[in-house]
Amino acid sequence: MSHPAIDGAHSTRVQPLFALMSGVLFGLGLALSGMVNPTKVLAFLDIAGAWDPTLAFVMTGALAVATPAFNIILKGSRPWFADAFVLPTKIDLDWRLVLGAALFGVGWGLAGLCPGPAFADLVTARVSIAVFVAAMIIGMLVVDRLQRRTR
Amino acid sequence: MAATFTPLSGFLGGLLIGLAAVTLLIANGRIAGVSGIIGGLLRPAQGDAGWRILFVIGLWLGAVCSAAIRGGLFPVELETSLPVIVVAGLLVGIGTRMGSGCTSGHGVCGIARFSRRSLVATAVFMAAGIATVFVTRHLLQ
Repeated sequence: MSHPAIDGAHSTRVQPLFALMSGVLFGLGLALSGMVNPTKVLAFLDIAGAWDPTLAFVMTGALAVATPAFNIILKGSRPWFADAFVLPTKIDLDWRLVLGAALFGVGWGLAGLCPGPAFADLVTARVSIAVFVAAMIIGMLVVDRLQRRTR
Repeated sequence: MAATFTPLSGFLGGLLIGLAAVTLLIANGRIAGVSGIIGGLLRPAQGDAGWRILFVIGLWLGAVCSAAIRGGLFPVELETSLPVIVVAGLLVGIGTRMGSGCTSGHGVCGIARFSRRSLVATAVFMAAGIATVFVTRHLLQ
């Protein structure tokens, strides 16, 4: 994977552009897939009811692109417009990961909303979506506050 | 609330989501995990907020563009009561921060790079989501 010749000032100008582009693709993908609709997500999770397996096809599509691409990209020394890849550093399984994922799963199952669709759905200007996002941000702040105290 | 199975648009939407993750990684070296991108905005390091805000603006632009293409905003059916929405939002916020990721960060980006943590997290939140819907729709109803 070749890297365009760039200097620092140029890269900080270009980075936001690619973040915007990534966001647009993400929003289009969420909308096209139907995953912006909580009822459709809940229908995927409802395996004992009128099951709608669409979400599995969304994951398959996303992984069909991301898996080969990530493994090629990460073999390179650095991204196009940054000094280094910023990847998660933790590799061990711990109780925080498992408990966190479990709590997230329960919340996801209650409303059918996860962070991406919840944020995308703000464009509908629905009060219920805004309430969900506000509660989600409060939840994030609580964890940040507690984790800072325990460190 | 009849479920409608839409495998083709689901798969194509998934391809776009994958492309979004690839774009952010190859250009900026970042993981396209929405809870991580939002979480990083709550206490941003110097010079680290701009790209996060633009990603979110992009998310909105993409959603609006899709509405323009399909000739109307996509359906958003949220039939959950407001108190439950508050609890759900809190749990999603707490859980994604504690568990270091959500559907996009763990479920797409993490699995794409064969992260053991992301595989476990995805299995756990899928199972917890399925169990929760089973309880609320089939045991409590």
